[in-house]
Amino acid sequence: MSTPILFVIVGKNEPLFEAEIDTTSGAAGGNDLSTRQNYFVLHSSLDLVEKSSWTTNNMYLRVVDKVNHQQVSTFLTAGNVKFMLLHGGKGEEVVKNFFNEVYGYYVKLSMNPFYKYDTPISSKSFDTRVRAAARAYLS
Amino acid sequence: MSRAAQSNSTNILDRPLGRSGGRGGSSSDGNYVSLSAFAYIYSELVQYHQGRAASISELERRLESAGYGVGLKVLELVAYRSKETKRETRIMNMLQLVSSSVWKALFGKAADSLERSIDHADEFMIIDYEPITSTFVSVPQDLGQLSADAYISGIIAGVLDGAGFSARVTAHSVELEDGEYSKSNTTGMPPRKDKAVFLVKFSPEVLSRDAALER
Repeated sequence: MSTPILFVIVGKNEPLFEAEIDTTSGAAGGNDLSTRQNYFVLHSSLDLVEKSSWTTNNMYLRVVDKVNHQQVSTFLTAGNVKFMLLHGGKGEEVVKNFFNEVYGYYVKLSMNPFYKYDTPISSKSFDTRVRAAARAYLS
Repeated sequence: MSRAAQSNSTNILDRPLGRSGGRGGSSSDGNYVSLSAFAYIYSELVQYHQGRAASISELERRLESAGYGVGLKVLELVAYRSKETKRETRIMNMLQLVSSSVWKALFGKAADSLERSIDHADEFMIIDYEPITSTFVSVPQDLGQLSADAYISGIIAGVLDGAGFSARVTAHSVELEDGEYSKSNTTGMPPRKDKAVFLVKFSPEVLSRDAALER
């Protein structure tokens, strides 16, 4: 896939983690315009996520928004932290597995007594692992 | 891209979270902690805050905020360990989750009962006959109002807030009535004369949202 994949973790007020994953080259690159547009698309679908977060019990919310040829899939944790993935049409199972793996890392990260809930995630090892999972599941 | 400085201990992101979460006899010691260790640490925590708080209510507030952070993390942990990818969106289900799963994860047993207040529609009570935070604490006369269980009410508030049900939780000691008895008596301690009641008062928007979901 030539379209980069954008993965964002959103808390109550602000994004906690962002990773742009380019599966072809493996490095975070891309021109600025498409990056900004991607962020815009992802954040604009937050309203839809909020709305559906109270109508369903599921953590995995599938595709909440479709823009052009890109889709936004979302996963909600028990603490209402949103994992959002902007991608160009990956399969449901694949995305679900990726979310589950990142969810495991997120819970383990929150076990750190120095990590305050709903604050930006700055751990390098978390970043490495998320990227590795993305490359494993989404390419 | 390999970094030279590799620490000896495993990274927190690599350690297992103890999914068995019970007395399955797993060799990982992440599931059980000694009660005396907890009692010692907790007494130090209370003394630390006591030295810095000017009044009873401030001390209770400090204990509550200490428990709040724990509550937020316990919520995520309990949800992850239960393996079903489901969140709670209704008040009653959320309270059931708190009084059973969260209590089991923290104290090894479910809460003794969950009640709804008759006078106020937004108040619920979780009752525990033997809360570990106050079992080993004796409150002197000049701090008569203090409940050391403020820590647990902070935990409950953290769990509910994290899930989106903002609530005010307070801890009260209520005398045991005749006929009520505490079944689980800590060995070597005299039987308690009171039980801990955690009063959970939800904010109005939580109730209106719950009512809207009812339809």
